[in-house]
Amino acid sequence: MSAIATLPTEMVRHDHVASRNAEQIALKVENLEAQYGRGCSACHELTGPEHSTNVCGQCGTVIACADVSFAVRAGRTLGIVGESGSGKTTVLRCLYGDLNPAGGTASLMTYEDGRANLFTASAQVRRRVRNFDMGMVYQHARDGLNLRISAGGNVAERLLAAEWRRVDQIRARAGHLLERMEIPRSRMDTPPSAFSGGMQQRVQIARALANGPAVVLLDEMTSGLDVSVQAGVLDLVLELQRTEGVAMVVVSHDLGVIRLLCERTMVMKNGRVVESGLTDQILEDPRHPYTQLLVSSVNA
Amino acid sequence: MSVFTPQPITHGAAGQSSATALPLRVRNLHKTFTLHVLGGKHVPAFHDVSFDAPAGGFLGIAGASGSGKSSLLKCIFRTYLADSGSVTWNLTDGSEIDLVQATDDEVLDIRRDEIGYVSQFLRPMPRVTAIDLAARPLVERGMERAEARERIADLFARVRLPRDLWDGLPVLFSGGEQQRVNLVRALAVAPRLLLLDEPTASLSPDLQAEVVTLIGEARDRGTTLVGVMHDTDLLNRLSDQVIVLDQGRRVA
Ligand SMILES: Nc1ncnc2c1ncn2[C@@H]1O[C@H](COP(=O)(O)OP(=O)(O)OP(=O)(O)O)[C@@H](O)[C@H]1O
Ligand SMILES: [Mg+2]
Ligand SMILES: [Zn+2]
Repeated sequence: MSAIATLPTEMVRHDHVASRNAEQIALKVENLEAQYGRGCSACHELTGPEHSTNVCGQCGTVIACADVSFAVRAGRTLGIVGESGSGKTTVLRCLYGDLNPAGGTASLMTYEDGRANLFTASAQVRRRVRNFDMGMVYQHARDGLNLRISAGGNVAERLLAAEWRRVDQIRARAGHLLERMEIPRSRMDTPPSAFSGGMQQRVQIARALANGPAVVLLDEMTSGLDVSVQAGVLDLVLELQRTEGVAMVVVSHDLGVIRLLCERTMVMKNGRVVESGLTDQILEDPRHPYTQLLVSSVNA
Repeated sequence: MSVFTPQPITHGAAGQSSATALPLRVRNLHKTFTLHVLGGKHVPAFHDVSFDAPAGGFLGIAGASGSGKSSLLKCIFRTYLADSGSVTWNLTDGSEIDLVQATDDEVLDIRRDEIGYVSQFLRPMPRVTAIDLAARPLVERGMERAEARERIADLFARVRLPRDLWDGLPVLFSGGEQQRVNLVRALAVAPRLLLLDEPTASLSPDLQAEVVTLIGEARDRGTTLVGVMHDTDLLNRLSDQVIVLDQGRRVA
């Protein structure tokens, strides 16, 4: 049984934890679009895989992602692959509220029963959803952690944001989560700046899980780590998948990571989704030319 | 939840379940690969294949190497996406679903609950021991890990997987050892449909015999099997019906 789910605190949200047979859609995204620049009426027409660019030839706006739609069930993991600049990180940042999308809708099972569009909610509501229902692991620890405060403090920050008030409980949960991420309690008061890359990523995961989120977003969480260190981080994520019942979206360049973690995979190119399907189908029967190239260059 | 437990060997005719007559109906299935990396080259896998798999029976698929047998199994399992045609599966609750059209999430549910697939090749999970790897589908269906490991241990013993390998890493196993882990993993959950691609290819004759017995037991318990084997003697011995593919077409 999950160590997190058994923590003696009324603040842990049990409604979506370990509901193995939950067939609810935890996260649903429709026609997400994000751009850098003012945009013009031709942006849509002039960008995408058929133009091999995400930059509008008329006005120079970057259509970082467009027409992105997907749904993730509780307990399942969606992978996003695609070349550099294809919009993967943009999708995660829009969902987590780091970036304002230009269009589209996102709904969360835990927010108004999935009936409301998160993107049009007030800043206050968005912050609340982010603090209570979501977790994010960034590629670079410096984006996801405050490297100057202690590891425990980093987890505590998220608990405070989710309105935990009792210091003893906060400390107990932070210690517990870090321990579960194999960061010894004796290092809890050390700032992550003194940690290795693998340890920093584990602190990020502990932080992302602190509030018992329904949705966890992970962006290239293992790139830049040694293979052996990667393995440890991946094992922890696998373990979480078994015990937490969260919906995950995993962005990775590494098809091995995708194969290991994701039941379903979406392929992006020039800001658009070119293909999506069961991960084994994407890897063994890719249909889009770009996916075929991606898969064959790895198997070669 | 029904879980396979080793039982006395039952030779002879398979018990034909009377519940559902045709759990799997394949109709006019087509598959051609288009390889964009090779300038859009078309590689046909099979055309217009139709067959029924009777409940609790063994349907054998015969044919020369490259005739499309493995692709057909993969299309049923949805690892390959058929171009047209249907694969109608009769769910436990009596409803039907076309596995060609089903959503990814529906296919994942069906894989977890009803349909297993065993290939020649084991896909090991890094750092997961043989016994835990084989026990995983049981655990996913809600069995306690300790109990699941016991089930698997029984089955490992029956397929004579050396005991010191049980807690070893399957990446390091021989082909025959991996194959047995694969089979045990699939048989342990007693799926309603089991797709077998060369399940005995890397096994010695005595081990083959044991595997054949296990497959027979699964069938007696109501599992419908669809299997591909190079060994025609073995295939004929196991099958209630054999269909033959030749260059992607059903010829018998
Ligand atoms: N702040 C920004 N200003 C302008 N353009 C940006 C900005 N951030 C990202 N972009 C552009 O948006 C597009 C999508 O970027 P994004 O970071 O989402 O890609 P990615 O798929 O995550 O790539 P990678 O695999 O390299 O991380 C790219 O063309 C990128 O150059
Ligand atoms: Mg990125
Ligand atoms: Zn434009």
